[in-house]
Amino acid sequence: MTPRDRQEPSFAAAPAASTTGSRPTSPSTRTGSAAGLKSTQFRREREPNWRELEQMLDRLDKHGAVTLSSAELTRLPILYRATLSSLSVARNISLDRNLIDYLESLAARAYFRVYGPKSSLAAVLGDFFWHVLPQAIRQLRWHITLAGFLLILGALCGYWLTSANEDWFYSLTDPSMMGGRNPTASTEALRQSLYDPLPGAKEWLAIFGSSLFYHNAKIALACFGLGFAFGIPTFLLSLGNGLTLGAFIALFASRGLGIDALGWLAIHGTTELFAVTVASGAGFALAEALLFPGRLSRLDNLARRGRLAGIVAVGAVLMLLVAGALEGLGRQLILDTDTRFAIGGTALCFWLLYFTLAGRRGARQQDMDETYG
Amino acid sequence: MADQSVARAAATRETRRLRRILTPEGVELEVELADAGERAGAFLIDIIAMTVAIIALVLLGILVLWQAEVTLGGNHLAGWLIAFGILLIFAIRTFYFSWFELRWTGATPGKRLLGLRVIDRQGGPLTGQAVVARNLTREIEFFLPATLIIAGPALLPAEQFVRLSMLVWLGILVLMPLFNRDRLRIGDMIGGTWVIVAPKAKLLSDLGNEDNHRWRRAIAGDASAARFTFTPQQLDIYGAYELQALEALLRRNDTATAATRGEVAQRIVNRIGWQGNVKPQEVDDFLNSFYLAQRRRLEGQMLFGKRRKDKHDRGDS
Repeated sequence: MTPRDRQEPSFAAAPAASTTGSRPTSPSTRTGSAAGLKSTQFRREREPNWRELEQMLDRLDKHGAVTLSSAELTRLPILYRATLSSLSVARNISLDRNLIDYLESLAARAYFRVYGPKSSLAAVLGDFFWHVLPQAIRQLRWHITLAGFLLILGALCGYWLTSANEDWFYSLTDPSMMGGRNPTASTEALRQSLYDPLPGAKEWLAIFGSSLFYHNAKIALACFGLGFAFGIPTFLLSLGNGLTLGAFIALFASRGLGIDALGWLAIHGTTELFAVTVASGAGFALAEALLFPGRLSRLDNLARRGRLAGIVAVGAVLMLLVAGALEGLGRQLILDTDTRFAIGGTALCFWLLYFTLAGRRGARQQDMDETYG
Repeated sequence: MADQSVARAAATRETRRLRRILTPEGVELEVELADAGERAGAFLIDIIAMTVAIIALVLLGILVLWQAEVTLGGNHLAGWLIAFGILLIFAIRTFYFSWFELRWTGATPGKRLLGLRVIDRQGGPLTGQAVVARNLTREIEFFLPATLIIAGPALLPAEQFVRLSMLVWLGILVLMPLFNRDRLRIGDMIGGTWVIVAPKAKLLSDLGNEDNHRWRRAIAGDASAARFTFTPQQLDIYGAYELQALEALLRRNDTATAATRGEVAQRIVNRIGWQGNVKPQEVDDFLNSFYLAQRRRLEGQMLFGKRRKDKHDRGDS
């Protein structure tokens, strides 16, 4: 007896004396000796194809698409469809669990390859910048216009108030952000703050630029995120930013430095303020989705508009990245007001052209609505 | 009994994780969702990989800086290099997941190690936009709140209350997959994706192929074919479920299951009323013959559209 035999319980009543006797000679069909099973025959015919596909997938998993010749790459979808058809057949004719599991697994693996992501990261990002972002911005143009209007309104009020009475400056600005620029400062000190680079700035301005970015990004994301509170904080923030801006310019204008201050602001401000405006516009879009849900439920509408607004907010953060670079580098290195205006103006034109013209053709609107809308 | 209830609980857990996708060709495929632990493990591996990459870059940067200062003198480069480094780290953090998921058809290194994969929930192609969208949301889901909590007072000079609410926010977002049946992150909801266990079933030998059985009999030292025969009545007792349970038992053909096989053979003999003995050394032979005959019977009936699910199936459902 082999060791395995010894472990098996002896359950038969009769002694295991003979290997030939004690068997019923069944009069019924001798099922065991008929022709091979249909499912076995099926497997024998199709198995080479499955094995070929399996090996191809193994190679793809290990080494990537480069290892397959173009002929093999053409064959992949064919083998995939053949396997799917095998799976459908097997489900109907075979009770071999392992076979069905295997085919299911093989078909799924091939399916991931055949319907896997086709585009590269560069292509996706390119599509985002050329189609998705500008189209999203255009869809929210009125919200952004409203935010811009509030900013300008705030700036005019701030300017007017501070020009009339300089004490308003203290109420309209945050002293910690102003770094000693206030009505008590001398005209010379104010001029210096516009033209003298910060001490040691040349080495560290790059870092300075990226830390400014974080500060601005926080403001922009607050403008966007607070849109959830029915847009009221966004409304106040937009107006408040404008008031600060107006007060700031009024202070410099009162010393005859108005144009210089505008130039100082313009080099990065056109981008930065535009970005904050865009973010506020996205916030208003959220608020609108909540306040006027239309035919959809508030939550559904928020999800629908939220994606669009999210894309616009991402765009605003990217603009702030540019603004941070301009502020950190440009403002400290370029001290000529005309050049500052030229750079700021160019940036503004660039953004306006980009948002209005980019990706008009290419008909990606449909895709975008499906993916993001 | 205890074994059975454990097995049943495991089975329901399995089916709760199973989903069907309809391929564009119109064939349904079954996929198994990854559980939260596997997801977290993969994420952890990826975070470690990113950290290692970033540390390597920082060390490289320091080396370059040091070299540059030795050769050029002064520290003009420091600011630029640090700014460049910040941007690079930003890029790694933002695009690590997207880049890998696009290149490796829905898997990052962590997912690949743990055998996970991202797919489209509808069964359509996994688009680049979906991949990027599901990964960009990690920024607000994890990185931003985590930075604020770790860097804490330095970056966010706020009161305890604000930081506490950040913690709650982070908790809700990170634990989001536990709050829904499909284990979706916010990013999965936005991208319309599932994370599944990558299938990897192997094709084993065909138990329905008689050549395999003869080969086994030859090993056992008995070449006589089809010594065990069964009547149609005997083969009408069990259904597909029992057949596949037997298949699983036969495939685990090792000494550990020998006792079980003997027991099963005896149970079959009793249940179908088979006349005769099965000697201990004939157990495998008997089970193989029964499997073959049973499968032939059930598959034959399937061709006529009759499926017998299990022994309780009366064919009236």
